[in-house]
Amino acid sequence: MSNAYLNLSKVTIDFPTDNGFYRALENVDLGINKGEFVSLIGHSGCGKSTVLNIVAGMNLATSGGVLLDEKEVNEPGPDRAVVFQNHSLLPWLTSYQNVELAVNTVFKNIKTKSEIKDWILHNLELVHMTHAKDKLPSEISGGMKQRVGIARALSMEPKVLLMDEPFGALDALTRAHLQDSVMEIHSKLGNTVIMITHDVDEAVLLSDRIVMMTNGPAASIGEILHINLDRPRDRLTLADNKKFNHYRSEVLKFLHHRHTHIAA
Amino acid sequence: MLTGIFKKLFFHKTSLFPSHGNQIMSTSITRKIKKSIYSNTTRSFIIPIISFLIFIAIWHMGASQIHTSLGQVPGPAQVWSQTTALVEEHLQERNKEKKFYERQEKRNAKKLEKNPDAKVKIRAYTGKPTFIDQIGTSLLTVLTGFFVASIFAIPVGIISGLSNTIHKALNPLIQIFKPVSPLAWLPIVTMIVSAVYVSDNPMFTKSFVTSAITVTLCCIWPTIINTTLGVSSIDKDLLNVSRVLRLNWVTNIYKIVLPSSIPMIFAGLRLSLGIGWMVLIAAEMLAQNPGLGKFIWDEFQNGSSNSLARIMVAVFVIGFIGFILDQIMLLLQRKVSWNKSAELR
Repeated sequence: MSNAYLNLSKVTIDFPTDNGFYRALENVDLGINKGEFVSLIGHSGCGKSTVLNIVAGMNLATSGGVLLDEKEVNEPGPDRAVVFQNHSLLPWLTSYQNVELAVNTVFKNIKTKSEIKDWILHNLELVHMTHAKDKLPSEISGGMKQRVGIARALSMEPKVLLMDEPFGALDALTRAHLQDSVMEIHSKLGNTVIMITHDVDEAVLLSDRIVMMTNGPAASIGEILHINLDRPRDRLTLADNKKFNHYRSEVLKFLHHRHTHIAA
Repeated sequence: MLTGIFKKLFFHKTSLFPSHGNQIMSTSITRKIKKSIYSNTTRSFIIPIISFLIFIAIWHMGASQIHTSLGQVPGPAQVWSQTTALVEEHLQERNKEKKFYERQEKRNAKKLEKNPDAKVKIRAYTGKPTFIDQIGTSLLTVLTGFFVASIFAIPVGIISGLSNTIHKALNPLIQIFKPVSPLAWLPIVTMIVSAVYVSDNPMFTKSFVTSAITVTLCCIWPTIINTTLGVSSIDKDLLNVSRVLRLNWVTNIYKIVLPSSIPMIFAGLRLSLGIGWMVLIAAEMLAQNPGLGKFIWDEFQNGSSNSLARIMVAVFVIGFIGFILDQIMLLLQRKVSWNKSAELR
């Protein structure tokens, strides 16, 4: 896997606490190919978010490291755009302005003014939010905010899109709509995506591979499941699909039999 | 899935267009609205007026019971008559000043008529400042002191909110100087100003500089402390957005730090302005700097039968100006705040 597009090798991280160091992750090895959709799943506190933060450059690994497109990751940057769990839109900017802030910083000297405007509108169109471009985050629903958050991340043309439980705070119906949107965008643009999730159905439906993590401390990768389902995938037909249900039960078995959370 | 959407649509329709074929519902709504409008006017106008009238009544009854060496404690009526007297005195003084300049102009014109080469002197009028002049002086002083303090305090607050190291360095100093009374600063400021501010043709009088600096020293602290708190409690996710975008520090401050800490900055500014206004009156009284404080002290020393009533006029004016200054800050906050729906008090 050493020639993968995104490469995590022997990533270990210790956090200082009052009682010495806490080892959150130990020897995480993972290679992700260009255009691949990978989900990280595991019990809460297993270090999924830490893996994402290390790829994003928010946390630095104590030992081991991350290579993206043959360059070392050591600080945050727009080539690894993050979709945050609680959208993190700036509440004083409209949907358009939120995307604009990202586009202006990334393409300041690359695109002309009219190109920038078109690009912002194009990204809002991708997530079907053109109609709410002049609304403040407080004026739109949770699902719509998350759509704008995704538009903002996509507008940076990231090499890898990082999604931290992007639909965790949404109701089931809205979540399904957004999952469909993400699948549609992924098939159109072919982004490389890492998504953290708690939702087994979501992981199986969206991913090419599911990375299942063991419980912390010193969490690491337990198993990796390849999802060989044809795309485009449709949630209604897949509901009765044998393969889909097999993958689903594989993940459930991992989470509930082999790695039950002791504290839970 | 579809039923949910239909429900949503239906719900929206009924809530947006309640009058469609449902007259009973719409009239009950208008009645409710009328009731709420009525209770709003009651709350915002009638109740304050009633409470003010009760205050006047208690004051009137209480004042007639107490006798001081300067006579009876003035009631609302005496205070009102002194208010008009003070305004009248101001107008008379202005009239005198106008006449003085007219006389001077005539005299000079005559002089020039006799001898076109004669040297003409223009003397400034040196009348006693009236109550209204003193209000002007005090306002100018407090606004200058407050302005200087804010220009200094907001950037310092932002820096110390962003950097833990700088906060640790500044915090002990802030905590030590914050509780110091203006009266303790005053002698030091007076001595330093008279030693340092030496000029043949000064732009400001020394007393003005002393008062303004004293105000500044007392009103930088709340703004620094509140700005620091506001900046350091910005949502971490928003700062992460800034990190992912690699915003430079100027953009970071303008786009993320300032908008999210505006409410706390204004909380600090309003505290500062309130403190500055209180400090100024005390400083003017002690240092005999022109302004409302000096007016009160002069009236106290004067000791006429009208003095207490005149001081009370000053008390009300000081309170009223303090209130107006706070309202102006509130208005300003509403103007710069992004969140127009937030209720500000």
